[in-house]
Amino acid sequence: MSLEVDVDHARGSFRLTARFTAAPGLTALFGRSGSGKTTLVDIVGGLVRPDRGRIVVDGQVLVDTATGLFVPRHRRHIGYVFQDSRLFPHFNVRRNLLYGRWFGRDAVGGAKADLDSVVELLGIGALLDRRPASLSGGEKQRVAIGRALLSWPRLLLMDEPLASLDEARRAEILPYIERLRDQMGVPILYVSHSVAEVARLATTVVLLGDGTVTAIGAVGDVLSLADPADVGSVLDATVARHDEAFQLSVLATLAGELQVPRLRAAAGTAVRAYIRARDVMLSLQPPEEVSALNVLPGRIVEITAGASGAQADVRLDCHGAILVARITAKSVQRLALAPGRQVFAVIKSVSFERT
Amino acid sequence: MTPEEWTAVRLSLLVATTATLASLPVGVAIAWLLARGRFWGKGLLDTLVHLPLILPPVVTGYLLLITFGRKAPVGAFLADELGIVFAFRWTGAALACGIMGFPLMVRAIRLSIEAVDRRLESAAGTLGAHPVLVFATITLPLCLPGVIAGAILCFAKAMGEFGATITFVSNIPGETQTLPSLIYTFTQVPGGDAGAFRLTLVSIALSMAALLGSELLAQRIGVRQMAA
Repeated sequence: MSLEVDVDHARGSFRLTARFTAAPGLTALFGRSGSGKTTLVDIVGGLVRPDRGRIVVDGQVLVDTATGLFVPRHRRHIGYVFQDSRLFPHFNVRRNLLYGRWFGRDAVGGAKADLDSVVELLGIGALLDRRPASLSGGEKQRVAIGRALLSWPRLLLMDEPLASLDEARRAEILPYIERLRDQMGVPILYVSHSVAEVARLATTVVLLGDGTVTAIGAVGDVLSLADPADVGSVLDATVARHDEAFQLSVLATLAGELQVPRLRAAAGTAVRAYIRARDVMLSLQPPEEVSALNVLPGRIVEITAGASGAQADVRLDCHGAILVARITAKSVQRLALAPGRQVFAVIKSVSFERT
Repeated sequence: MTPEEWTAVRLSLLVATTATLASLPVGVAIAWLLARGRFWGKGLLDTLVHLPLILPPVVTGYLLLITFGRKAPVGAFLADELGIVFAFRWTGAALACGIMGFPLMVRAIRLSIEAVDRRLESAAGTLGAHPVLVFATITLPLCLPGVIAGAILCFAKAMGEFGATITFVSNIPGETQTLPSLIYTFTQVPGGDAGAFRLTLVSIALSMAALLGSELLAQRIGVRQMAA
């Protein structure tokens, strides 16, 4: 699967100029509210006609303003999961799920998901005969995802599917989206303004700011650029074991072991940890008798002064994993920190679902 | 009730039912155009649809007469080429009633189409539904209570239509003498009070039955759509 986007679109005083290519897996469109994320997926999905540009999916040109080509949305084979689930109120869950199947679409490069496997994947077997009005927000969103999957899309668009849900519901749905990404083989274009969601789900990140693409790349490289005021680093980890006595989980990462509050994931599960730069302290000696559980040794790669001059971001190489610490410029001078120096990173907290 | 009165009641029901059923598809189409369409002349169409509501019924009836009469161009064409005659026939009464009820029908349906969430329609589109199928499977079922309300309004208006009907197709017993026409006739002859009163009661009963029926139907549909 490939998705090529090259569009210009103006709406009022807002101008969107986007050019990127998405790879298989989950591509996150990340940016603040009003950065043009939704407009961009609406253009890909055929809900908005761009002023100028080209959209190509799997070699098929869907939009080309130069030749006047515009494939209408019902012939694009692109699934769309909306922020508000948009289930059809007059159908029960089963008929909502099968709505896309009525039109006898052939699968065009997408996964031929059948009802049983989708129901199983999303855990919605008990809801099939219910009406959308009686579902909770999280259940609605799972049904909406299933409905889009069952239309046999070759590309799935998800526009902040978790934005209207509370923290508990988000935690409930995130694993399903991970399974979707890993098992269904449908590439996903996922809109979000949540660092935690993107850190956890994305393969590739397209960073959008004020209507233009500011960075594209792997999640670990791009995410720290996302918000200069709140830098962080992403560590790929697996759950090594649980410490039931203290209700902790031990994660194995390239940088070493991390102890975090007990996760609900089983041992062996792959997770992504997000560590905010301001939650990392640096020490020249291995600190003893501190309350923080996690201390990782590393070597300084780079020190970047902050815009105000009071702070600096220190990038550490911890056995191949990159960790960023945000400390004061005064501390940099006092400890005589410089690239190449061996230090110890004291991590105050690790988050998994930070918004 | 006399046989003459029964004939008028039966004729009225036939005329009103025909008028409602024949104008329903057109009414839904025009309502959809007015609710969703973006085209030149939309304001003009809106005005035309509403015209029978504003014009004196006699004027509408007279306009029908000079358009669909046997000697009028359209009426002559329909009679000679297609064998459809409106003038002084019950079909003419149905035409007059349908046109008088049309604005009420279109208004109700248009409002209910406008109330249908367009985001549901675009969601259906992304699932592969052609716009016509989106209308048939999403828009129409969701605005069905409004369609029923519009049809009942049109039916009620048709049952009571008098001015345009009597102007266009006159007051011929057994052919165009509907309930209101017969009540009018009774009021013009000495001793017709009893007949007029009987028909008035029938008229009230029929109108209330239609209203109740529509309420029940709309409620059942509403329940079906919302219930778990």
